[in-house]
Amino acid sequence: MTVRAGERDGPGKAGLSEKGDTRVRQRPTDETVGFRPKDNGQPPYLYQDYVATRLRAPKEPLIILPKTLSDTTGPAYGRGPIGELDDDLTRQHAGEPLGERIIVTGRVLDGDGRPVRGSLVEIWQANAAGRYTHHLDRHPAPLDPNFSGAGRCLTDNEGRYRFVTVKPGAYPWKNHDNAWRPAHIHLSLFGSSFRSRLITQMYFPGDPLFEQDPIFQSVRNRGAQERMIATFDLEMTEPEWALGYKFDIVLEGRDDTPMEDRR
Amino acid sequence: MTCEPTLKPTPSQTVGPFFHGALLDEDRSELVPPDHPEAIRIEGTVYDGGGEPVSDAMVEIWQANHAGRYNDPSDRRQYLPVDPATFSGFGRSGTDEGGRFSFVTVKPGPVAGPDTGMQAPHIMVSVFARGPLKRVVTRIYFPDEEGDNANDPVLSSIVDPRFRKTLVAYDEGNALRFDIYLQGENQTAFFEL
Repeated sequence: MTVRAGERDGPGKAGLSEKGDTRVRQRPTDETVGFRPKDNGQPPYLYQDYVATRLRAPKEPLIILPKTLSDTTGPAYGRGPIGELDDDLTRQHAGEPLGERIIVTGRVLDGDGRPVRGSLVEIWQANAAGRYTHHLDRHPAPLDPNFSGAGRCLTDNEGRYRFVTVKPGAYPWKNHDNAWRPAHIHLSLFGSSFRSRLITQMYFPGDPLFEQDPIFQSVRNRGAQERMIATFDLEMTEPEWALGYKFDIVLEGRDDTPMEDRR
Repeated sequence: MTCEPTLKPTPSQTVGPFFHGALLDEDRSELVPPDHPEAIRIEGTVYDGGGEPVSDAMVEIWQANHAGRYNDPSDRRQYLPVDPATFSGFGRSGTDEGGRFSFVTVKPGPVAGPDTGMQAPHIMVSVFARGPLKRVVTRIYFPDEEGDNANDPVLSSIVDPRFRKTLVAYDEGNALRFDIYLQGENQTAFFEL
């Protein structure tokens, strides 16, 4: 079986064989599609340097969707009850995971700066060695029997969320020669309506891998890039326990619903 | 309450290939039990621009209930029934090795349009996958609603009939088929919100 260009960064990561010369330039280019003023710092669908976008990015013009109840409403949250330990990824097994214990916390806000309350936040990440608990991750770094790397919580009345976890490791992948993902935590958010649904990645300050990572660089605006990077926060740090990182998230759209009506 | 000035949104990033343990640990693909008297099954395959199935995608749906009411306090049409305990209106399905996803749900009722008039029954769809840096958004319309579909303000805003037709599911008898083509000559129509 040949490996198509769009699949070379596939889930096998370091485990995939290399066939054909489909290498891309390491430095990001400006070959992008989908930039408009309205994009507000959002990445384009097609970003040539990130190979997996090439066959998966829509190319037909998008249809403007007028606002109706179909998209100004949205799910309260997409799952059953939250478990007691779902927000502490260091306590989901018999022992503690290896790695640098961290607290990740921040507020979820709408475009007007209002807190998004009682909203589901889901996260997933690699372990401290840069390995995911996933059958398709074949990076030869150790799995940690005490770390699954998945968590969830609901925001409180100020829109605040908080997770305890370990700092994820960087890991290699097959996008280009000697490609490494910067350490990151995936976050999934719902917000107040269908319009505000967001899946993103949170990065750590000062990571030397930003420059060569096409997923990070797909966001071209420097200010927008900074909105994906957590800040180290001594205030959030728990002395002699865990380092604190703050990461506020701003969702598209605004909450048109009066406070007393919110769930 | 005072509001801060408009804030810039956090950029979207790809869901990547490793989301299953966090996002698909619970099966949320059945919005109603399969033996529900009004249950319908919707199934489809996500394809890439090379015609290959996308095995690492996640499809989410959001819809009104059978009466056309959304399970959200923003939908204030209290003359329509709503029952959050039995119908959330939200569903999530991963794709398998063949790129296939499926849902069991009920057909939604019609919902008010952007101006006066109604929209034809439809389901909102988000598709996330390794690769796309942000979700794609589409809608599922129903093949047995030809009249309403012809008058639907969103469907009729799509000039090209081939493109418009990508939003209408196909009746296979025991299921409605809605394939999603991310790219290529059969590309599904996607929306900008």
